[in-house]
Amino acid sequence: MSSFLKIFGWPTVLAILSLIGLVGALVGDGPWDWLSWLCLGFPLAVLGWVLKTRRS
Amino acid sequence: MKPGAVRAWSLVHKWTSLVCTLFLLMLCLTGLPLIFHREIDDALGHDKWKPANPSGPLMDYDQVLKAALERNPGHVPLFMSFDTDRPVVNVTSGPTPDAKETDMVFSPIDQTSGDPVPDVPGGGVMDFILQLHTDMFLGLPGMLFLGGMGVLFTASIVSGVVVYAPFMRRMKFGTVRRSRSSKLKWLDYHNVLGMVTVAWVLVVGLTGVINTLADPIFETWKTNQLAALTAPYKGEALPAKIASVQQAVDTARKAMPGMTVQFVAFPGGGFSTDHHMAVFLHGNTPLTKHIAEPALIDARTGALTAVEKMPWYVETLALSKPLHFGDYGGLPLKIIWAILDLITIVVLASGLYLWLGGRRKAVAVEP
Repeated sequence: MSSFLKIFGWPTVLAILSLIGLVGALVGDGPWDWLSWLCLGFPLAVLGWVLKTRRS
Repeated sequence: MKPGAVRAWSLVHKWTSLVCTLFLLMLCLTGLPLIFHREIDDALGHDKWKPANPSGPLMDYDQVLKAALERNPGHVPLFMSFDTDRPVVNVTSGPTPDAKETDMVFSPIDQTSGDPVPDVPGGGVMDFILQLHTDMFLGLPGMLFLGGMGVLFTASIVSGVVVYAPFMRRMKFGTVRRSRSSKLKWLDYHNVLGMVTVAWVLVVGLTGVINTLADPIFETWKTNQLAALTAPYKGEALPAKIASVQQAVDTARKAMPGMTVQFVAFPGGGFSTDHHMAVFLHGNTPLTKHIAEPALIDARTGALTAVEKMPWYVETLALSKPLHFGDYGGLPLKIIWAILDLITIVVLASGLYLWLGGRRKAVAVEP
């Protein structure tokens, strides 16, 4: 794995999902709101997971 | 990256952060209750108010305006806006058409009786928080100052992402070294929390900066776009008597079918010309409901002068509002907004802690 991906892989994925989530709810209601909640909620879930598992 | 470049970026990160952190902490703390402004208002009693004659006929807007102005003798109307969830029309008036914000009086009127709607008890606290968040009670200079802090904050985030890389060469994303020093632990928290929230915080920060430019943006619009409409009235004084507001709203509705009236700006204020009532209407899709466009009505005759398409910079401002407030995706989005805001507070506070504790030392014990 390249060093860029190793360092910025997760942050890039989370940033892209966040941006999709931010724009999603602006585009439509109903399913678009759900998309937005999922996309913005996912980074929080990943955060919870790494904080729980990656301790040293 | 060369060590010299890393050092330069660290300096940018350190100094931009130092200047803006305390203000950003204030913004995050005051922003937290503001996310739930509506819910808090409802809890305080906004919800409990009932119109005097729930099934009775509604007064027209001219009658409402008269009722509001009778309670504020000597005032001229500045704005009229409409609650969407109850028959309440809000009249903002002031001693002169170009009155300062501090001299304006906001009168919500029950459209079924003409009586004023009492203030929500405790609503003053939310107004205080909003004012602190918007301009720290300093008006336009305060707004622009906070906008400047937002620009520094953006620079601090970008430089923060750059200086993040050297710390993470030998660590998996999200590792927190908790068994060693407190400084290392908080450095790791600062890094992971900052990286998880980076996209959101950039969007909320930059849209916040755009919101601080609201006054100059509307001033530019008025000067550029509305100037052409006022040319025929050159040399004329402001109209002494204003045509019917109700008819102005009806005319605007007819000119822009399928749209919803948001507010009316009276002649001489910041959102209209000296000779027009500007009736602002917005669309009804999730996207277009944020973008209001005015129908300009001749204030003397009540005739339609023009329907204006908003320029890109006003539309950018309009879309910046929901993206900053987080009020466009129901309660779950607000809760996510609040969590991200709290995380940002931790990032700011841990950044401050790391600086106070001498960050250089922490860098030196990199694994």
